[in-house]
Amino acid sequence: MDFGPHLLLAVLEGAVGAAVLALTALGLSLVFGVMRVVNVAHGEFFMLGAVVAWFIASPIAAHPAIGFVAALAIAPLVAGGIAVVVDRLVLKRVEYDPEATIVGTIGVLYIIQQSALMIYGPEARPVEPPFNHRIALPWVEWGDSGLSFYYPWGLSTTSYKLFVIVAAVAILVTFWSVMSRTRLGLIMRATQLDRETAVAFGIPVQRVYSIVFGFGAALAALSAVLIVPIQQAHYLMGHDPLLLSFIVVIIGGLGSVRGTVVAALLIGMSDGIISVFLSPTLSKILATLLVALVLVFRPQGLYGKKMA
Amino acid sequence: MSKLLKTSRRSLIKSVGAGALMAGTPLLGRFASAQSGAPIKIGFQQHSTGIGAAYGRWYGRTTEAAVKAINEGGGINGRPVEIVAEDDGTDPKRGAEVVEKFANQHNCDVAFGTLFSHVVIGSAPSAGEQKIPYFVVSEGHHVASGGLNRYTLQPGITDVKSQVQAMAPYVADNLGKKVTMIFPDFAFGHDHRDFFTAAIEAQGGEVLEHIAVPPSETSFTKYFPKIPRDTEVLYHVMVGPAVLTFVKELGEFFGPSSPAIFGFIDSLEAVDLTSPGLEFLEGTYFWEGNPRYAQADQSSHDKNFRAAVGVDENGASVSDPKDVSTYAHMFGCWETLHVIKAGMEASGYQGPSDRQKLIEAVEAMTNMAESDAHPQGPKVFNGKTHQVFGVQYISRVENGRLVKVHATSIEDTYYPDEVDYTTQSF
Repeated sequence: MDFGPHLLLAVLEGAVGAAVLALTALGLSLVFGVMRVVNVAHGEFFMLGAVVAWFIASPIAAHPAIGFVAALAIAPLVAGGIAVVVDRLVLKRVEYDPEATIVGTIGVLYIIQQSALMIYGPEARPVEPPFNHRIALPWVEWGDSGLSFYYPWGLSTTSYKLFVIVAAVAILVTFWSVMSRTRLGLIMRATQLDRETAVAFGIPVQRVYSIVFGFGAALAALSAVLIVPIQQAHYLMGHDPLLLSFIVVIIGGLGSVRGTVVAALLIGMSDGIISVFLSPTLSKILATLLVALVLVFRPQGLYGKKMA
Repeated sequence: MSKLLKTSRRSLIKSVGAGALMAGTPLLGRFASAQSGAPIKIGFQQHSTGIGAAYGRWYGRTTEAAVKAINEGGGINGRPVEIVAEDDGTDPKRGAEVVEKFANQHNCDVAFGTLFSHVVIGSAPSAGEQKIPYFVVSEGHHVASGGLNRYTLQPGITDVKSQVQAMAPYVADNLGKKVTMIFPDFAFGHDHRDFFTAAIEAQGGEVLEHIAVPPSETSFTKYFPKIPRDTEVLYHVMVGPAVLTFVKELGEFFGPSSPAIFGFIDSLEAVDLTSPGLEFLEGTYFWEGNPRYAQADQSSHDKNFRAAVGVDENGASVSDPKDVSTYAHMFGCWETLHVIKAGMEASGYQGPSDRQKLIEAVEAMTNMAESDAHPQGPKVFNGKTHQVFGVQYISRVENGRLVKVHATSIEDTYYPDEVDYTTQSF
């Protein structure tokens, strides 16, 4: 493949990855920012989203779009609901102690993963995309008759992949406006800034924590519903998103929305481009190396604030 | 009250005893010739979870069906067969632990079953240490390459080296000589890479590019631009939970202008050929270990095998047409269990002290005729390399079904011996 079309394909693939990664990492970042809880089970909420999407979409025999839209609405609610229960049953009981919550969420990770194995089974199952058309992309070429378009071999994407990118951007904008323009966002930000003062001002911090934990899980589930028509639902699929989300929030700065989005773009795009041109293993190596460098030279992350 | 309790306990024991005797009587009659009525325990190393789970499920069903058939036919040496299944998580380390457990904890007579080559390679040393015969159903060339040990045998399924060697002439003659290969990046895929490359070169062809993909990969489009433009034949073999995604993205990448495509059915085992997005496979070719769809010239043995395992003529479960089997591989479990039976009967196997006699008896086997015990076709076992050889099939996708277009001979799959395990001490 020529360099130009090859690069365009890499950017497109990277953009899909980055879009989904940004949503997933945002959930992790939100939970850490507001609650100071490192949610190791975050990837399992992602997996739950995909698995629930399959359970919702597969029995609906009508047009695949109906099942998909239903999944888009219900799966995040289910994952969020389970997360609220986890918050009440586990995190609250250990009083949000940073070490105890890590161990607690590791336990939750295994409980969710093995429950999925028992109920859903070990197979990978596809969810049909609401629409999917192969779009061949043109490329410009300087020929004898000046600039001309042609369709290079293999340079294509699908309408659904483009939809994923657009949907992710829309969700990000909605999230940002909720955080910055609504009362709920204000309360979350207040809790994030100073828990004690928030309590003093009558903010029901416990309820905010439940909402935030549920919201974080719902974001992971939502991004999984978007990706599942491309990747299939599988009970072990939560591993990679968890790892990449951690990389993203560490680089972006834990708790920083802007940092998370920038880092997700950086990691997602570089993952796409490096793995197309060189090898996928190398892109993972570079991402992990970047984390190490950030931790050494800028421990608070790109946009994080230094902790007092 | 206490009196009542006492009586009831006694009568309970009595009735349980009587019940057990009654329940045991038909077994007693059926397995009358046994010196010891205790069952023969076969440890079944199963990919219940992990990336091999789809295979594990169907290997499990085939194994159950084979044991049922063997027991209904009088068991082995008059003793019933019992399967002890343990999940290896498709993980080499866990696999080795499972083999040790079979030997030490469950007191199994033999170990059997697993597919993924890295699990076999990881487990075989344990089998050697524990001195427990280990019958694998794995396809990898690791048994015949001499890399394992005298306790590890593969008598029920052919190996990749013989398979690809038999495919190469057909590919070169009918599809093209410039090949690009896509394969999973572990032992099994490396067997494909090494042996197909050599085999196609022997046919005057060449491999333009080798594209290795990690078996746990979930998105594949990024690998496809490495396919050179002048590729005549795309050779694909993929495993893992994402195989459907792999094939779908392949179709999306090529669109209407694809080279000829030759795949190993591994890329679509347990996947419905009529899944949306797979339409582009129409007219492409697949290696099949055993044709998934019942063919026009279906043998009575294949018919019986399908009925016993519960597979319909489309290769799916009779109870759920969407639950597609791993038909090209799972016959290996059925045939291996029948080889174990034949070996135990030939050696007069009584218990673990006869394990060496069992291995020697299997090593002495040669021709295995096509029969209900060998429904995939006739086979020839090579006792020196511990590897069986058999016919291979090539199918073409026609109207969403795999239709057999070529069957190789057993001779097409032969290659010179690379090891003589019989010279190794036990």
